[in-house]
Amino acid sequence: MEIINALVVFANFVGIPAIAYGSQLALGALGVTLVYGVLRFSNFAHGDTMAFGTMIAVLCTWWMQSVGISFGPLPTALLSLPIAIFATALLLVAIDRMVYRFYRKQKSAPVIYLIVSLGVMFIMNGLVRFIIGPGDQRFFDGQRFIISVREFKALTGLKEGLAIKTTQGLTVVTAVIVVVILFWFLNKTRTGKSMRAFSDNEDLALLSGINPERVVLVTWLIVAALATIAGVLYGLDKSFKPFVYFQLLLPLFASAIVGGLGNPVGAIAGGFVIAFSEVTVTYAWKKVLVYALPDNLEPSSLVQLLTTDYKFAVSFVILVIVLLFRPTGLFRGKAL
Amino acid sequence: MIKVENLHKHFGGFHAVDGASLEIAEGSITGLIGPNGAGKTTLFNVIAGVHAPTAGRVTLKGEDITGLPPHELFHRGVLRTFQIAHEFSSMTCRENLMMVPSGQSGEKIWNTWFARKKIAEEEEALRAKADEVLEFLTISHLADHKAGQVSGGQKKLLELGRTMMVDAKIVFLDEVGAGVNRTLLNTIGDAIIRLNKERGYTFVVIEHDMDFIGRLCDPVICMAEGKVLAEGTLDEIKANEHVIEAYLGTGLKNKQKGAA
Ligand SMILES: Nc1ncnc2c1ncn2[C@@H]1O[C@H](COP(=O)(O)OP(=O)(O)OP(=O)(O)O)[C@@H](O)[C@H]1O
Ligand SMILES: [Mg+2]
Repeated sequence: MEIINALVVFANFVGIPAIAYGSQLALGALGVTLVYGVLRFSNFAHGDTMAFGTMIAVLCTWWMQSVGISFGPLPTALLSLPIAIFATALLLVAIDRMVYRFYRKQKSAPVIYLIVSLGVMFIMNGLVRFIIGPGDQRFFDGQRFIISVREFKALTGLKEGLAIKTTQGLTVVTAVIVVVILFWFLNKTRTGKSMRAFSDNEDLALLSGINPERVVLVTWLIVAALATIAGVLYGLDKSFKPFVYFQLLLPLFASAIVGGLGNPVGAIAGGFVIAFSEVTVTYAWKKVLVYALPDNLEPSSLVQLLTTDYKFAVSFVILVIVLLFRPTGLFRGKAL
Repeated sequence: MIKVENLHKHFGGFHAVDGASLEIAEGSITGLIGPNGAGKTTLFNVIAGVHAPTAGRVTLKGEDITGLPPHELFHRGVLRTFQIAHEFSSMTCRENLMMVPSGQSGEKIWNTWFARKKIAEEEEALRAKADEVLEFLTISHLADHKAGQVSGGQKKLLELGRTMMVDAKIVFLDEVGAGVNRTLLNTIGDAIIRLNKERGYTFVVIEHDMDFIGRLCDPVICMAEGKVLAEGTLDEIKANEHVIEAYLGTGLKNKQKGAA
């Protein structure tokens, strides 16, 4: 019994949150990795792209709530996803036409792109704050839990409870669907294969008649969808605050790099590695250990390695370790 | 068919192609020879749209194609292979070949849902075609191998195979024979002749192997230091003073004298 209680506590405070957070990071990191694989630069504006998409979703959700549209037990924000994705796609394509295309024509070095994306980041940052303000916005509605602590206890008769939030379930289900569609697209459709070919060997792709502008366009559309979905899921699970999304850049890049930049499978794996590390290191293990260890070994402290204030340090440390010992990442990135 | 007029390509202060003018006749197999660093590959790169020329003009059947991007040239039937073999390393050899003919129904995203049958048929035809080409190149057994993992010579074959996947008008071959064994080289030679005769491909072939050039090419153009040195049949080229000095060396001259 003791050990089952320990597992339940573990699942409730570490396992489930980390899986949900990992899915969100994975979707975000996929966007980073696609831009890197196809356009060959590190897109520092990705966190703020997520913020922009989420902002549109928040605004739409508020509007729908005000006119009384709802999605039953599910969050209304899901209904606003198509509009938010569309708006983000427009923004990204417009930015590509106005900014990145110029540098593509010049055949600029990746460092230049990186700095340019930094500029784009600041502009998006300002745009989002200008429209919705820097504050914390909640836009979750619908049913809160799939299963609550009380229901779980009643169901199992255990001392410890386990809750699964609707947003957590939703995150995982959505992430699985999105990933399946993405991989089907990349591996089975002609356009997806062109994208992979372009990412693998640009010169050859061009000489095989693949239109680079088309590949780039499709990439931005996919990135817009991924970023918006990741942002909305994260916002539903926690809350929407522009600065937090900007801060997500570090775990996002850590995920993409740990998995191997440019490698979609790597981005997903990386997302979970980072999420689990972050949650495990910042969790106070006392409660789990109380159940798991014999009575005489019970810890007296919280057994928390780092306070949550330092959670970004975890991404950073993992990033440094990976770059030192396996710079190409777990899955040897480069091509899609 | 292709006319190159006073073409220049400078890298910084270095003149890789320095005022080259030449004409490729339709239906010919033209050889392009010259010492290492003569600017042959660079000339190909400029014609194929990889590099923009510093100055000069390239026309295809009278139409100006100077500086067009590679994918547009591809759709006009201008193809090339790379001296250093390129491949889509994460795809199989068959998929590599199947990547080539673009502009099909599958390119349009909505077609993936609405025209499934048509796409399936096209894929099937493409697959059959790719298998045929692999068979022709005697590398059928590599169809499902990752292209990144096959040998250097086999990658070269794949390069040639790529040009056989579509109906090209003119194909620029940059040392397809280098690193390929003798028997296979003959097979490649036969393939080139057949494509030329049966499908009307025009070829421009860069090679350092004079036997290969002799067997296939008429006329032969010799480049050195970014300029066209001489043009004519291989025998005329071999007898040309400038060419001997710049490329073939006196050994050959003496040999020919001895033979004569
Ligand atoms: N991208 C580049 N940047 C700078 N210099 C270049 C570039 N490409 C080619 N060159 C220079 O141009 C010259 C001609 O090179 P090119 O590759 O055209 O020679 P080539 O005739 O094909 O020789 P080979 O027979 O060895 O293949 C060389 O001296 C090379 O160093
Ligand atoms: Mg060369």
